[in-house]
Amino acid sequence: MKAQSELRQQPLRPKAPVKIKHYFTVAIVLLLLWGSAVQTEATFGELIQGLPNMLDLLKEMFPPKWSYLDNIWAAMLETIRMALLGTTLGAILAIPVALLSAANIAKRKWIYYPVRFLLNLVRTVPDLLLAALFVAIFGLGALPGIFALAIFSLGLIAKLSYEALETIDPGPLEAMTAAGAHPIQIINYGVVPQIRPHFISFVLYTFEINVRAAAVLGLVGAGGIGHYYEVTLGFLEYDKTCIIIIVTLAVVLLIDYISSKLREKLI
Amino acid sequence: MIELRNVTKTYPNGTKGLSQINLTIEKGEFIAIVGLSGAGKSTLLRSINRLHDITEGEILIDGKSITKAKGKELRMIRRNIGMIFQSFNLVKRTTVLRNVLAGRVGYHSVPRTLLGMFPKEDMELAFQALDRVNIVQKAYSRADELSGGQQQRVAIARVLAQEAKVILADEPVASLDPLTTKQVMDDLKRINTELEITTIVNLHFIDLARQYATRIIGLQAGEVVFDGPVSEATDERFAEIYGRPIQQDELLEEAAV
Repeated sequence: MKAQSELRQQPLRPKAPVKIKHYFTVAIVLLLLWGSAVQTEATFGELIQGLPNMLDLLKEMFPPKWSYLDNIWAAMLETIRMALLGTTLGAILAIPVALLSAANIAKRKWIYYPVRFLLNLVRTVPDLLLAALFVAIFGLGALPGIFALAIFSLGLIAKLSYEALETIDPGPLEAMTAAGAHPIQIINYGVVPQIRPHFISFVLYTFEINVRAAAVLGLVGAGGIGHYYEVTLGFLEYDKTCIIIIVTLAVVLLIDYISSKLREKLI
Repeated sequence: MIELRNVTKTYPNGTKGLSQINLTIEKGEFIAIVGLSGAGKSTLLRSINRLHDITEGEILIDGKSITKAKGKELRMIRRNIGMIFQSFNLVKRTTVLRNVLAGRVGYHSVPRTLLGMFPKEDMELAFQALDRVNIVQKAYSRADELSGGQQQRVAIARVLAQEAKVILADEPVASLDPLTTKQVMDDLKRINTELEITTIVNLHFIDLARQYATRIIGLQAGEVVFDGPVSEATDERFAEIYGRPIQQDELLEEAAV
């Protein structure tokens, strides 16, 4: 046996790649973590020292004041409505933006590069800042919140959609072109059927995020349940805050559950 | 009638896709374009309906220049030229019927097709087309539930619903097994003779080309090296053109064994 294997000429085997790059990466990540902790003065000592305070807060939160529930239902529903309207508005606006950002559909660099640049610009603005800006323009209430969520949704949905658009099968588009279809017909018959389930899934996902986002927009005066967080925390009424947290949690969990079930069915 | 006059295609990197091609194709002909891979078969076919632009020369479809046409004029010329692809190019997530109706959009305004409202006559045309390729039972199935051969027949039905006067088929049987290859080629041939639709097919197999075509065009390095009736397109002749004997994988019968 041994003689035989020695007789067969061994082909040259490639050397295993050096792993030093991986170790180096891990070292850098650890260094960054440690550096960030030092700079922000975050220490485990302080965390442990703060524990009794946290327990006190928790004690004051219980028992929750259930009667307060009647006062916040309207605001909770407003939060959901804000998320619904904001997501829908953003989704509609995202359709042309996504089409113009996709290289395989817009085709011309002078179209999709500027559109993508604007899209990225919009995405860098946090939703809370957007809400604060719109409150400054439109005044207090749900309207600035809806606009903030719409812009935020536009950024997210358009980004996810154009990336999905760029992976579609070009075959049907080619077939529609060959059949003498108008560019809009090519999109309607070649692109839309391929992207529709993905798009709906992105919209539902954005709606989930928006319900959570809408719950804190009230902090800057943009309507919804967030306003009640500020009020109850301000008056140190932690038993009321607790109710708001429980209701928000329940609503978010329910919407997440329904939405993710729907998304499973889609793709 | 399709006329190609001094058609040359040079790619931006300088390689010649097609050079100085002159062809006249009469109504009702069944033409097979054969050649090794990279010979320019696909480029030639896609130049005819201008999926590829040519760099020199002119292509006339029934006397109108597709090379110079723009916008609506170009779409009107394309509407009369159906195309069948190697990978079928159906929308897989939608029904067979909707795929066939998609061939009709060139006849209607954009707003009307956005609503997806096709007139009764279009539905009738679509069903007749599906009937002609014996797949009408699958009208409401999703396209991706069908086998490759069935999908290619749906693609043929789409071209029929389009009421095309010319069919360009780019390697229509390259991803099919020998049995479905025969069915699809039989369909194409039947449509060619019954409806007098000019048919131009790119084929890899020389024997398949001889079996179905009335005229064979041989391409090599972007040039026409053979153009004649089937009787002249013998293995010996092609061996001479290719500069080597015909290989087994260029013959369907041999490859099937």
